[in-house]
Amino acid sequence: MATSVLDHAPATHEKAPSGIWSWITTVDHKRIGILYGATAFLFFLIGGLEALFMRVQLMKPDNHFVSAETFNALFTMHGTTMIFLGVMPLSAMFFNFFIPLQIGARDVAFPRLNAFSYWVFLAGGLFINFSWLINAAPNTGWFGYANLTENQYSPGINTDFWVLGLQILGVASMAAAINFFVTIVNLRAPGMKMLRMPMFTWMSFITQILLLLAFPVITIALVFLMMDRHFGTHFFIPDGGGDPVLWQHLFWIFGHPEVYILILPAFGIVSEVLPVFSRKPLFGYTAMVFSGAFIAFLGFGVWSHHMFSTGMGPFADSFFALSTMLIAVPTGVKIFNWIGTLWGGSLQMKTPLYFAVGMVAMFIIGGLSGVMHSSPPADLQQTDTYFVVAHFHYVLFGGSIFGLTAGAYYWFPKMFGRMLNETIGKWHFWLMFIGFNVTFFPMHFLGLNGMPRRVYTYPAELNFEFWNQVQTWGSMLLGVSMLIFIYNIWKASRQPANAPADPWRGATLEWLIPSPPQEFNFGTVPTVGSSTPAWDLRRANGGDLPEPKPESGAGIHMPRPSYWPLVTAIGVLGVIGSILFTHAFHQWYFITLTGAAILIYGIYRWAFEPPF
Amino acid sequence: MDSHSQAHAEHAHPTPGLYLKIALILFVLTAFEVLAFEAGRGGLGAGLRPIFEPITVVLLVVLSAAKFALVAMFYMHLKQDPKLLANLFVFPILLAATIIATLIILFQYWRVVGAK
Amino acid sequence: MSDAAAHVMDHPTSTGIDSKKVAIWTLIGSECLLFASLISTYLVYKGKSLVGPLPHAESQCMLHGKMQHCEPIFEIPLVTFGTAVLLFSSFFVVLALYGAQKGNRKMLVGWLSMTVLCGLFFIGMQVYEFSHFYHKGLGYGTNLFGSTFYTLTGFHGSHVTVGVIWLSTLLYRAARGKVPPEKALNLEIAALYWHFVDVVWIVIFPVVYLMR
Repeated sequence: MATSVLDHAPATHEKAPSGIWSWITTVDHKRIGILYGATAFLFFLIGGLEALFMRVQLMKPDNHFVSAETFNALFTMHGTTMIFLGVMPLSAMFFNFFIPLQIGARDVAFPRLNAFSYWVFLAGGLFINFSWLINAAPNTGWFGYANLTENQYSPGINTDFWVLGLQILGVASMAAAINFFVTIVNLRAPGMKMLRMPMFTWMSFITQILLLLAFPVITIALVFLMMDRHFGTHFFIPDGGGDPVLWQHLFWIFGHPEVYILILPAFGIVSEVLPVFSRKPLFGYTAMVFSGAFIAFLGFGVWSHHMFSTGMGPFADSFFALSTMLIAVPTGVKIFNWIGTLWGGSLQMKTPLYFAVGMVAMFIIGGLSGVMHSSPPADLQQTDTYFVVAHFHYVLFGGSIFGLTAGAYYWFPKMFGRMLNETIGKWHFWLMFIGFNVTFFPMHFLGLNGMPRRVYTYPAELNFEFWNQVQTWGSMLLGVSMLIFIYNIWKASRQPANAPADPWRGATLEWLIPSPPQEFNFGTVPTVGSSTPAWDLRRANGGDLPEPKPESGAGIHMPRPSYWPLVTAIGVLGVIGSILFTHAFHQWYFITLTGAAILIYGIYRWAFEPPF
Repeated sequence: MDSHSQAHAEHAHPTPGLYLKIALILFVLTAFEVLAFEAGRGGLGAGLRPIFEPITVVLLVVLSAAKFALVAMFYMHLKQDPKLLANLFVFPILLAATIIATLIILFQYWRVVGAK
Repeated sequence: MSDAAAHVMDHPTSTGIDSKKVAIWTLIGSECLLFASLISTYLVYKGKSLVGPLPHAESQCMLHGKMQHCEPIFEIPLVTFGTAVLLFSSFFVVLALYGAQKGNRKMLVGWLSMTVLCGLFFIGMQVYEFSHFYHKGLGYGTNLFGSTFYTLTGFHGSHVTVGVIWLSTLLYRAARGKVPPEKALNLEIAALYWHFVDVVWIVIFPVVYLMR
């Protein structure tokens, strides 16, 4: 009694296609995951280069490695890239590949919508980075505060690239969020109640809910800004009665849930890795689920802690200070439960564990500086200084990136059928760990000593040079660690794909199928009796699991490939991107109409194409 | 959560007659909304204005909430459908209402204290 | 009892609800936040316009190159009529769905046509209203009222337009007999979207037009 979505009338199962066209038309969640991962990793490296250029510029006072204008573009694009083109799609790589596997499904609820999300993401990433090529990169910060972003102070198209790029990316995120939400709610294997789902799937589920509720708000904020810039309104322009602080509210109502979108998947990964490498169940599974949900829910009630310096008044300040402090509680529950998981465990000192433990440690530091920010009077000193830069890099790099890297080492064998090298992995870890801390820890000192954010240089008399130099050397070390990671991946790619199905003795369903999985994932959809089905099977089998044999897949009919998602994505790019041309020529709306025509045609062909 | 046939959910299917009744109630409630508005601004005579002006907003909120609920429960079938679907609607509505209320308060406060 | 849900292609799901139906409700939930942002902004900027025209009060506004006295710009009777039309369109689409589930093609096509007509009428009313306001001096950037009003009702109107296109497509297919009871779910999904658009207007109408 399988509940796989795609059990059908018998049909011959075709051999998996190869070649570029098969990738362009794929609707297979595993391939889409790999597309996300490869694309995101490239953007992540670009974002890293942007950071390195900034670090070189800041190495000494009154430096002229890059101009002030270029520096503005660098910190804007670094932030925008790392958040929207780095961490989010890297998480999406794991959502795509592993959510269906972890819940025992054969694919997501809407495979073509899944492909659409990827193509729109790619379009958005290329769109916003194209600006570099015409020397018009966004330069008003990743949070685009009004009214700096208005025509008066940002007359060029830099800000338009930013506004429109984010709108395009928003479409991708929203489509994917609906898809994964429905997948998790509706396609779970028999016996997999919600409270038996793996932690990664749970945290990803909460992340999708956050995406669904937060992205519409920034969509509207960006629409308002675009209307101000091109259609004569004054939503954020004081001369016309508008209030720039409204932008901040709308942005941060999105922006704070966004940071939980960035960290929750990494939390989920750590909650997968620690139990496996401690050979112990996760401590307090239910508490971990509910604390994740509570963090997300509370995350909607803290946004103005980004605005303590805007003069909201003592009542608002106090309210948001208290709600922010309150969020530390469920976060603390998670930290203690992770420690409780490790405690007394049989620790397998492998690379995934290193990165997972590193994540917990670094996140604690980032969380502590975060709690320091939650006090408005203290924050008045810290805000807009490097102290904040330290905080969010500890939680975003130390938290998200370390967590995602743990996931990469943990799941690489399942995705590619090859193991990453342990020795190289440990070199990667230590160099990254040391490089990271050398880069970002001194920022706490610089911040408290008064070094502002987003400045392209500083005078020598302020005595910022020493720590800035240290930080730059640290960032170089970080860069080296990244090269080592790339080397590890390259080396693994040269091996034959003969990794075992379950190299780590994992607890969840993905370890019960071959590495890499066959197109249909599960020959027979398993029935699940707990949150650790693979361990249950091992226990029933005397501790061993036979290597799963590839199955024929006869009688399983997978959705057919399609290029309509790509066509529709091009339509989206056309419609949204056309606004870039409102000042360039009078009939700019012809581009909009063309884009709309492609979009509508794509949707119709997609709707009426049989999915099987 | 075992799967069960969707036919189950369609058990107590409303009739066109009920739908018509709902439509007429919606129409009447809309008329009341407009009447409340008119009364509050003196369009129905100067005598009614002092009674209705202070309560116009409350009346409108109550009336529109009733319309909202009727459409949601009957036309959108939430009364008969599984609770999950109603939750998918109610939770974001509550969040939305909270955000609207919070923003109104934050901006009023600014104005009351004497804007910078 | 009609069994519109028993599709040939229907796969058992964890909740027993078709995935498309869960998806449309998820979208609806998300869209609540979209409209909440628009409504919040409308309310935050209410009363803060620097010049007229204004919705319910007299004002000074710029017409034909000079500042002059302007009357309140809203015309409640027209909008009320449009509101009623939209409300009845929800009624009509429910009847159409009932017809679809029962296999009654006449009922389906008849009431779905009425729904589409109502939607078109509503859009027509909005277009008329917008151009009327524009001629009375309320441009998009004239004041905060214009900006927030046109954006909020414009977003709603574009949602109505998408709904009309969607329902028209289904109407075309229904007329050709391609919406049998097994496919009634497709209409149900579109109808849910349509009801949501109606429900948003149920909020917008009093907040924008009836609150002074």
